[in-house]
Amino acid sequence: MPWNRRHLLTLEELSRAEIEQIHATARAFKRTLQPGGARVPALAGRTIVNLFLEPSTRTRLAFDMAAKRLGADVISFDAASSSTTKGETLRDTAENIQALQADMIVIRHAAAGSPLYLSRILDIPVINAGDGAHEHPTQGLLDTFTMIEHLGDLRGRKVVILGDILFSRVARSNIHALTKLGAAVTLVGPSTLVPDSFTALGVKVSHDLRGALADAEVVMLLRIQHERQAAGHFPSLGEYTSMFGLNKARASWLNPRAIIMHPGPINRGVEIDSELADGERSVILEQVTNGIAVRMAALFLCAGGRPEQLPA
Amino acid sequence: MPSLWIRNARVIDPASRRDAVGDVFVRDGRFVDSLPTAERRRARQVDAKGLVACPGLIDVHVHFREPGQTHKETIATGSRAAAAGGFTTVVCMPNTSPVADNPGTIQLMKDVITRDAVVRVLPTGCITVGMKGQSLAPIGSLRRAGVVAITDDGDCVQSNDLMRRAVEYARMFELPVMDHCQDHSMTQGAVMNEGVVSTRLGLRGWPNAAEDLIVARNAILSEHTGAHIHLQHISSRHSVDIIRRAKARGVRITAEATPHHIALTDEALVTYDTNFKMNPPLRTEEDRRAIIAGLRDGTIDIIATDHAPHTDYEKDKEFDFAPNGIIGLETALPVSLEVLVRRNRFRLPFVIDLMTRRPAQLLNLPGGTLTPGAEADLCLFDPAETWTYDARAGQSKSSNSPWHGQELTGRVRMTFVAGRAVFADGRIVAR
Repeated sequence: MPWNRRHLLTLEELSRAEIEQIHATARAFKRTLQPGGARVPALAGRTIVNLFLEPSTRTRLAFDMAAKRLGADVISFDAASSSTTKGETLRDTAENIQALQADMIVIRHAAAGSPLYLSRILDIPVINAGDGAHEHPTQGLLDTFTMIEHLGDLRGRKVVILGDILFSRVARSNIHALTKLGAAVTLVGPSTLVPDSFTALGVKVSHDLRGALADAEVVMLLRIQHERQAAGHFPSLGEYTSMFGLNKARASWLNPRAIIMHPGPINRGVEIDSELADGERSVILEQVTNGIAVRMAALFLCAGGRPEQLPA
Repeated sequence: MPSLWIRNARVIDPASRRDAVGDVFVRDGRFVDSLPTAERRRARQVDAKGLVACPGLIDVHVHFREPGQTHKETIATGSRAAAAGGFTTVVCMPNTSPVADNPGTIQLMKDVITRDAVVRVLPTGCITVGMKGQSLAPIGSLRRAGVVAITDDGDCVQSNDLMRRAVEYARMFELPVMDHCQDHSMTQGAVMNEGVVSTRLGLRGWPNAAEDLIVARNAILSEHTGAHIHLQHISSRHSVDIIRRAKARGVRITAEATPHHIALTDEALVTYDTNFKMNPPLRTEEDRRAIIAGLRDGTIDIIATDHAPHTDYEKDKEFDFAPNGIIGLETALPVSLEVLVRRNRFRLPFVIDLMTRRPAQLLNLPGGTLTPGAEADLCLFDPAETWTYDARAGQSKSSNSPWHGQELTGRVRMTFVAGRAVFADGRIVAR
């Protein structure tokens, strides 16, 4: 099937087939990440600009790695060094980047909808690396990619997303990807951070941790942003941990083959015990590695990469 | 000034319950029963066959941005937009720069109005000094300077005690207090309605409850003090219910609804188009229907636009960062006709009433009727003409409208203020 999107803005707008195509492409690229794997300079001569107007470690490094693996030139800059601090509008910043002959923009921005806004202004592909509390499509893709590696087909699989859902773009992208792939998703956390309005997205909402974790095959933890928006939505980190933190006893409620995921950064001892984060069920670092392959696939496809360019 | 003879219009005057094909006569700037035959021949004649002649429309909620924000709108351009929309009287909000919290600023506005306005433009004053919600503005002096109401508009007075004193004090002058009902503690960072759509879009939600609480507070304060409190742009279905119950007890509150809150819902925000960003926000279909029901049964008294101009470059931003508000004067009539008359089977004279006689009564304004002796403010519109609205070609200095490029049905053909044409067939003809 030909890929015919220039931009990757949301997972909500992707079809199941498109998600599977990115996964298949990522699988091919993942093989090249092994020692001695073939290099695929499909984007040689192209310039990709990472416009990160909000802090990021993993995502920015992974996009950087992915672009370089594809042979592209990468320029990264952040809010502190950009003219946005001088009051330049996003439109002007982006139009200047395009005028500087960039071939693609990867944007991380605190304002929801800003990648869509840019995609309407620019002629070059726009990749969303996280927009406010809206979406983080490559994260949703790498998370489902990782789940499929461990569990195979996700149809009917029981997935629990636990934590601050309200302010989480990771949750939203995962919800869209997982429901399209047929998984049974339950959102769990305090009622102030997991409002019932999420049921409109085709998922269950629960505040009963034990019931939700029973026989779950994936539990994805989300960072509790207590220092930020979520302040005031629950009493304290201590109470959160006592009610919803994942520890060894609670992990025993999971399906025996269940995997534990976290998009990072982790608050050790808050949403998850260290022992579990580093334990054998944890796939947290696999997620990070898969993030390179998935982002290679996203960049490759949106830049117009053709199937025959893929590694064998 | 020649007399005026409007012929063969469908004449709708809610004040006199007139709705019949006939003529309207004007002499010396006032409506008269008829003109003697000799005078008719000399009069300016307007063939209004197929058109509706009604009192000039009245909008008690506009932002004309002068003084201080004249890059968005001025009294000159705003009043021209009013004329183009069939409005002959508009009431300006006081959130200018500086804010209208003192008689000097009101006098400045009045001077500019006298110099530049093509329709009747009436100022309001602030409730509190600097619109900061901390101490009462000189309400008596503002009244003496000519304000028709007081309001802190977008900066709803948060202190219940201060609001109580304000309405108690304003009542002494029978000066209405207009309130934009919003509990700020519940809407920090909010940019759209809180609900399923905000959940999907990842935008911070502004819950109905933040409006409902202040609507209830105002009903209680009005009941306790006897003051007239006017509730601006009601957007929440629960607020409609609170107002309905209070009115049933005889509480002196009145309420308005905007064309956009009866026409649109938060589903329109899925493209993050900032021309759908306003405060209060577009809400759900249930809310929209409740507001229409409120207009139908009199719970909501009038239609007002909340005409809020912003430049293209101010609106052309990330959704979170764009200012609230849309322009509405040039689309209010066709949008109201579409939603209320065509889709909800309101009778046309009733919709005219919502935009003429009732707003006049609400703030004790002249106009709103074709009764002989009244100032001849008149709107002549074609209820059937379908046209494409080009916001950039409109009279307003700004073009931030969700209806830009849309087909609308119902078009204003002529607007008269005190018997003089100010707008005719797409052009401003005043002065």
